[in-house]
Amino acid sequence: MAIHIVDRRLNPGSKSLENRQRFLRRAKALVQGAVKKSSQSRDIKDVLEGGEVSVPIDGMDEPRFRREGGTRDMVLPGNKKFVEGDILPRPNQGGGKGRGAGEGDSEDTFRFVLSRDEFVDLFLDDLELPDLAKRKLAEVETEGIRRAGYTTSGSPANISVSRTVSRALARRVALRRPRREVLEALEAELLDCSEERRAELMAEIEAMKTKMRRIPFIDPIDIRYRRFETVPKPVAQAVMFCLMDVSGSMTEHMKDLAKRFYMLLYVFLKRRYRHVEIVFIRHTDRAEEVDEQTFFYGPASGGTLVSSALQAMHDIVRSRFRPADWNIYAAQASDGDNSYADGEVASRLLTDNILPVTQFFAYLEVGQENGLSYEMPNSALWTLYEGLRANGAPLSMRKVNERSEIFPVFHDLFQRRGQQERTGS
Amino acid sequence: MTATDQLLFEGADWDFRTLQRICDACEQIARDELGLDVYPNQIEVITAEQMLDAYSSVGMPLFYKHWSFGKHFAFQEASYRKGLMGLAYEIVINSSPCISYLMEENTATMQTLVIAHAAFGHNHFFKNNYLFKQWTDADGILDYLEFAKRYVAHCEERHGRLAVEHTLDAAHALMSHGIDRYPGKKSLDLRAEEKRAGRRRAHEESAFNDLWRTVPTGPAKSGAVLDVERRRAMLGLPQENLLYFLEKTAPRLKPWQREILRIVRHIAQYFYPQSQTKVMNEGTATYVHYRIISRLHEQGRLTDGNFLEFLQSHTNVVFQPEFDDPRYSGFNPYALGFAMMQDIERIVTNPEAEDRDWFPDIAGTGDTMGVLRDIWANYRDESFISQFMSPRLMRRFRMFHLHDDPEERAGILVDAIHDERGYRRLRRELARQYDVGFIDPNIEVVDVDLAGDRRLMLRHTVVKGAQLSEADTKRVLQHLADLWTYDVSLVEADASGTVLKEYVANPRKIAAVA
Repeated sequence: MAIHIVDRRLNPGSKSLENRQRFLRRAKALVQGAVKKSSQSRDIKDVLEGGEVSVPIDGMDEPRFRREGGTRDMVLPGNKKFVEGDILPRPNQGGGKGRGAGEGDSEDTFRFVLSRDEFVDLFLDDLELPDLAKRKLAEVETEGIRRAGYTTSGSPANISVSRTVSRALARRVALRRPRREVLEALEAELLDCSEERRAELMAEIEAMKTKMRRIPFIDPIDIRYRRFETVPKPVAQAVMFCLMDVSGSMTEHMKDLAKRFYMLLYVFLKRRYRHVEIVFIRHTDRAEEVDEQTFFYGPASGGTLVSSALQAMHDIVRSRFRPADWNIYAAQASDGDNSYADGEVASRLLTDNILPVTQFFAYLEVGQENGLSYEMPNSALWTLYEGLRANGAPLSMRKVNERSEIFPVFHDLFQRRGQQERTGS
Repeated sequence: MTATDQLLFEGADWDFRTLQRICDACEQIARDELGLDVYPNQIEVITAEQMLDAYSSVGMPLFYKHWSFGKHFAFQEASYRKGLMGLAYEIVINSSPCISYLMEENTATMQTLVIAHAAFGHNHFFKNNYLFKQWTDADGILDYLEFAKRYVAHCEERHGRLAVEHTLDAAHALMSHGIDRYPGKKSLDLRAEEKRAGRRRAHEESAFNDLWRTVPTGPAKSGAVLDVERRRAMLGLPQENLLYFLEKTAPRLKPWQREILRIVRHIAQYFYPQSQTKVMNEGTATYVHYRIISRLHEQGRLTDGNFLEFLQSHTNVVFQPEFDDPRYSGFNPYALGFAMMQDIERIVTNPEAEDRDWFPDIAGTGDTMGVLRDIWANYRDESFISQFMSPRLMRRFRMFHLHDDPEERAGILVDAIHDERGYRRLRRELARQYDVGFIDPNIEVVDVDLAGDRRLMLRHTVVKGAQLSEADTKRVLQHLADLWTYDVSLVEADASGTVLKEYVANPRKIAAVA
């Protein structure tokens, strides 16, 4: 008896991926709750690393008819001292109770590990970049190629063999082209047969051969080519400006808050929209465009001139991101300090140059730890921006003091708006 | 003997040629010395990740998609990653050819063990045991699963994932009650029925006697009683296969839903023999691998070192913790099964006086394999234990029987121990633990209120005071009501007919489902 030995190790693994996704979809609300809850107590970096979450089993259980209670009889191994008729005291609840019913009904909370992608997906699921679809989106970046049926002309490289052969077959059948086997059979018969039959056969074979010549095996009309057509793939492109004050008046805690906010933003953007450019501008009394690493971790100190950052942003927009082609978003984080003289300049830059071309401008004011925002007088920048907002500028403003507030504020800013609200605005 | 003198392998490494040699060597012993009769074997080498995959779809190579498998997968993956759980060395599928999955991490010795265990032990059991012969179609199962997978996927495409998921949820909840426990009688086709009716008419005509008309009859059955009887006969009631009943009679199921119920029912039926033969199945496989590998060692085809490695794994597999051990979680089917097989071998070849009293049929007959093959073919766990558990083995396991009556304030009674007075009772009770009739609650469809609100009526016959767990029952009934689309009631009654509890479930609106 033959034994087949098959090496399946190279077969694609994770056959359960689909089932896992279904499970996550089903448990989505629960998992999301667990994810959000853990996001408040944990560092953002850790949170976004994914990891283990535990989810209550409700709604995901698989009920069965099960019996419980009643008199129970069991046979156990390992008797040491019991004799027939002994009465054993009942163990307290918990000790001996779980033994009989080891059916997995003890999974009242269910722990499992989410991958980083799954975690981030759930974490940011109901957020979206505001008003992305408004401006000119269809900037053609690539042209894709798509199969589009068959054609009678084309390059030889595109011949569709199966289609050609099947058409040829259909034509041969329709025109009754003699089959080779039939011809061979007749020729074999020819070798030993009577004279009168011979003439008959010869004629028949000749007729067949003529017909075969007339009806070719593959005719040019059979040939089909695979047709491709190019399709433009519209790409919604956006650029996100991250502005941050890194001046001396910003404490470590404030920077930490701002960093966390941008990290969230960064993860969100990278995941949500594939074609998003991010520009990091940090400023003290002068602004510079930096890379991500420097933005978050580079040391800097100095005075505060918000207008420098706005000016830098304006320059970058003008030189690299034509407002006609790009959706422009900006998020600014600051402690609110600004030199008084700068207010006028900043305000003019914003209203004249920046707000008209941006879709959305978010301002995040970071405060002292344990600081109570409502007791503090409004900062210079806050007052300035509030004034602009009162005039109808598309500005969103939030104050943040605690780490735990970062996510709610972020969530609030980027929450997917209801339909009517969006059309109304 | 030159061929058999050579070592199969040395050390722990193996390649595919080694596997082939191992298979050939095992097959020779299995066929020629043990007389096993197996399906053709197919051995597949897989990775740990693939093994984990296989776990989550009940060990089958292909299966339809459902979230609950993902849940099991997530659960198992988490406990595997934390190191709470090791993976099985193999999975074997009752199909023809019989597919055994081998983990690539196994050493050569482990592969030998696994091949002997799965590809010959389990395989022989699958092919020969009467339950498997009666209930499963080893040739067709893979094709059927392929069909099921495609059909479910097709339904999802046509009718939406949610609708299909909901139907599957409901079907899974009823899966344990979607099994035919007795091979049903074949329903006659129209022609056969006509023939039979004709024969009966002819008989009546030939035996006609007008006198019978004058014989007084008892009181005629009232119309109502006749109606009930007729209805119950037409619906095939009482019916304990709930899925079958729904598939055939639920009034508003769509055809694809019926087909899905049917698929789930068939799969439940396919696993039915396995749940009844755990001890025997594992006992057989363990006994077979022990015999084959010991023999390989005797033939000098396995080094002493490898044999010791085998013995260590084997001992782990057949380890039975005692009841007060924290590791105890019921009888280990490997330990119990293997011990019984070995015990039977002892009784057949080297019986004591006690064994001759208890097992006159097999004691001392000398043909171990003949006796074992016969047992493997014709018993299931319950009958196997109640017939072949010997007093000696009960003493060895130091078994005792506890009777826990919640009404009894004083505590739990030790009802029997491993002594002369207790052997038979112990054996009966142990066998009962493996009796599916006692394990699954006995729930039947008893009637449908066709004249009224079409309520489906179920009855749970309570045994030994064990009622259904309330939370679960409500949820299962909800699923049942969703499929039936009218109210469903469940009555719990004990043997005397006293009603202990009653549940009613109303179907949810379809709109809420979709």
